[in-house]
Amino acid sequence: MKFHPFVIPFIAGVVFLLILIVFRLKQWLKGLDRKQHFFVKQNFLSLKTLYAIVEVFRESLLHFKIYRKNPVLGYMHMSLAFGWFMLIVFGKVKSVLYAGSFFEPMWLSIFFNFFVTSNEPYPYAAVMTFLMDFFLLIVLSGLLIAFVKRIYSRLVGMKKTTKHILIDRIALVALWGIFPLRLFAEASSSALYENGGFLTAGVAQMFSENFASIVELPLWWAYSLSLSIFFFTLPFSRYMHIPAEVVMIFLKKWGVKTNEHHSGFTNIQLHACAKCGICIDACQLDFAASQKNVQSAYFIGDARYNKLTEDVVNNCLMCGRCHEACPVGIELTMIRQQYRNKKEMPGKLYYNYVDLNGYHANVDIIYYAGCMTHLTPGIIISMKKIFQAAGMSYWFMDEEKGVCCGRPLRQQGFVQQAKDLVHKNLRMIHGANAKLLVTSCPICYVSFKEEYALQIPLMHHTEFIESLIDDKKISLESKAITAVYHDPCELGRNAQIYDAPRNVLKHLNLKTSKCEKNNGLCCGSSLSNAVLDLDHQIKVRDNALNVLLEKNPDVLVTACPMCKKAFTHGHKVAVMDIAEVVAKHLNEVKTKKQLSEKPEMITFAK
Amino acid sequence: MTAVDVLVIGGGPAGLESAYSLANNGYDVAVLEKEKNICGHLNQAHSLFPNFQNASEVRSAMIDKMTHPKISIHNDTEAIRIKRDIDKWGVETGSGKEFMAPALLLATGFKSFDPKYKEELGYGIYDNVITTTQFEAMCQKGSIVSPHGQKVKRIAFLNCVGSRDEKVGNHYCSRVCCINAVKQSIEAKKVLPEADIYCFYMDIRMAGQFYEELYRKSQEVYNVNYIRGRISEVSPTIDKRLHVKCEDTLSQTPMKITFDILVLMTGIEASLGTVALGQQLNISGEYNFAKSLSLHMADNYSSHKGLFLAGTCKRPLTLPEAVADARSAAGEIKNYLKTLKQ
Ligand code: SF4
Ligand code: SF4
Ligand code: SF4
Repeated sequence: MKFHPFVIPFIAGVVFLLILIVFRLKQWLKGLDRKQHFFVKQNFLSLKTLYAIVEVFRESLLHFKIYRKNPVLGYMHMSLAFGWFMLIVFGKVKSVLYAGSFFEPMWLSIFFNFFVTSNEPYPYAAVMTFLMDFFLLIVLSGLLIAFVKRIYSRLVGMKKTTKHILIDRIALVALWGIFPLRLFAEASSSALYENGGFLTAGVAQMFSENFASIVELPLWWAYSLSLSIFFFTLPFSRYMHIPAEVVMIFLKKWGVKTNEHHSGFTNIQLHACAKCGICIDACQLDFAASQKNVQSAYFIGDARYNKLTEDVVNNCLMCGRCHEACPVGIELTMIRQQYRNKKEMPGKLYYNYVDLNGYHANVDIIYYAGCMTHLTPGIIISMKKIFQAAGMSYWFMDEEKGVCCGRPLRQQGFVQQAKDLVHKNLRMIHGANAKLLVTSCPICYVSFKEEYALQIPLMHHTEFIESLIDDKKISLESKAITAVYHDPCELGRNAQIYDAPRNVLKHLNLKTSKCEKNNGLCCGSSLSNAVLDLDHQIKVRDNALNVLLEKNPDVLVTACPMCKKAFTHGHKVAVMDIAEVVAKHLNEVKTKKQLSEKPEMITFAK
Repeated sequence: MTAVDVLVIGGGPAGLESAYSLANNGYDVAVLEKEKNICGHLNQAHSLFPNFQNASEVRSAMIDKMTHPKISIHNDTEAIRIKRDIDKWGVETGSGKEFMAPALLLATGFKSFDPKYKEELGYGIYDNVITTTQFEAMCQKGSIVSPHGQKVKRIAFLNCVGSRDEKVGNHYCSRVCCINAVKQSIEAKKVLPEADIYCFYMDIRMAGQFYEELYRKSQEVYNVNYIRGRISEVSPTIDKRLHVKCEDTLSQTPMKITFDILVLMTGIEASLGTVALGQQLNISGEYNFAKSLSLHMADNYSSHKGLFLAGTCKRPLTLPEAVADARSAAGEIKNYLKTLKQ
């Protein structure tokens, strides 16, 4: 049997790694909640598994998503992952061809060139040797980029790269050692046994036979050791992302979703983070407000190693830019939310003084402005004007009395209190028996959509206005005003409403901005960051304003009362909500429609 | 090109008072006023705190002083560019005129905070939300009416609008609005004895002579209600009055009251002229007010030789303070011109 003591460290590493991965996998799966378990069981033996395999191939090996964001970075990841994978695959094929059996010792493929000299021919030897060298070259080229990236990250289009902890560094050094050591070990063997391909034999030219015989064994030892160190450190380092991402992809394809509770799926995602640092570049708190160490890469790392601080958990706008950018697809904002959620119920709700005792029956529409919209009465007045022009009967649910939709509380982790509010509002909404709920606030919109089991359709006023225009209930005068539309985080990334506002604003000269749609910026006033002080909120705001105003629009249009207020205080441009723009440019209605009579108030039985 | 001894930019109380004082000392003074009329914000005042003196008396006294032969008043004349030669200041105006003098006094004053930036208060949206200046005009006419013709039964005054408010970027106290609200609430009571008057405040700052007494009197004699809390939200009622939401922070009760008129006690900000010229001259300080050389030792001096400062272009001041500051500036200018001659 082909054996040499230097393979022992390698074998030990592989065995250790496998045991640990199996152990971790069991833990993770045990940590899934009932619903998540259900999905795994349900879809385990379905076509979805096949899709997952394809996805693993695309993302864990070829890294398409990263490639699309940044080709150099994509190539780097692809060459390392895919290249190595191919080395393993063809290594195996090669040793099977040589041994004539599938059950050759597993180290044979890894240390093939030490054990098999050119005197022992096997089928397709030349092709195999070529392929092995070719993929080794690919891996080495990726390694070179990785090395340069460490020193000069802008080469791969990144401003920041993550800081690493000790175990990561050890693993990194080991990983970086593996392939050059393999190259030189194979080259020294090639110098002695002439079994190298174009690359290894080429390098072997530099080795005299004498020199090769001295360095050969130490090089193979070093190669085995670096593999071993890498395998031993992998489960505790960021490289755990390799197996974790694969697991995550399978679970996602099977339908497992991140919810607001911490679970085994959270742990899988924490480990699936490659610490690539792409999310750091996406975060305005980093590039506009110099808040360091709070970005998702750090947050996930801290959560994984159990050293999260309140500040890291809370100092986040929940804008979702990082989530959008993360090539692995980790649900970053939802996971942060899980860590914000209070375990016990701190204090009672303070809303008992509002007695919400009834609802209006028989209206088409319930209009819920939202607390923030009450601070921008211009939006409310405009909405009233639009309802009037379209001739629709509506009940303004929170006109005089009303409670919050609950989302700001929920984002601060007060889940129980938020649920109380949801309950209060739901009673009124469903009591009214209306056909549609319209809100002016994207925060409320997301809240209604995700946290209320609504039995009637829901629209943000951008969608509602769009439908009024489509149905020819209202029409707008064309104006020669240049405008830029700002996508509010909640309406954009959280609710995916991008086209409705743009369709509505067609009557203006609408210009695009550099950061649009899912790349939209945060206005800085996000209610979900309760720790960022005003000075820094202003930095985020001004950064966004600078980008939005690059084309010098006459008016900046948004669709969120918070964004409107924030940008207005920037004193740089006229800021209007989309409802205000529409109300201002409404074409005169020819036949004044009669509003249905104001319906009667119905009181809940005590 | 008009050459004088002293050029005064700004024909408000501070500018006029220093001009008069300098003229009395034998200097030729030119006052550049961007508006049609001199006297600045005093033109919008009906009565003055804390003694209810009629503002028109003070105005006519000021205008009388301006008949001094050594004073030339230039209305509708906005200083646009300031140039400095050795020992000489030149001013170009918007209308293309040029002025020259060895000493220049900046008395460009303040402007009121624009409450549109606090949209939740409904200014510019509901027409019965008005500013303190508009309320003063009502007092001047002697009739306090709601724009919708209803009988005015309840009036609210809201303090600190645009002052002490980090959201709008003004952290400072404007100093005059508390006492002005006390004065205006008494004026309101004088016109409408039946009406309920509420004043919403964060702190009541009564640091001037007779202020505290007036505050007390407003409660004891005029029954003005003071509520410690900021108004968070204003919305219309069906009959176009105003629903005001706030919290009485002393009793920790949220409240909602209906008012006929809401008066916003808008704060003091550096005027546009103060901002523009201050930046041109590189003497803009905090919140764009003009910065004096030394608060305690050379408050009428700027960092430039021959450029002096007076009044509210430096910071919020009451009328007597601004006028006193103007006289002190005149004294410093006199000394400066003397040293130049030597
Ligand atoms: S969270 Fe995503 S983007 Fe951020 S470092 Fe981890 S893998 Fe990269
Ligand atoms: S959600 Fe926004 S603020 Fe929070 S870490 Fe991600 S990019 Fe930064
Ligand atoms: S004087 Fe009174 S009302 Fe004016 S800013 Fe100061 S505290 Fe507020």
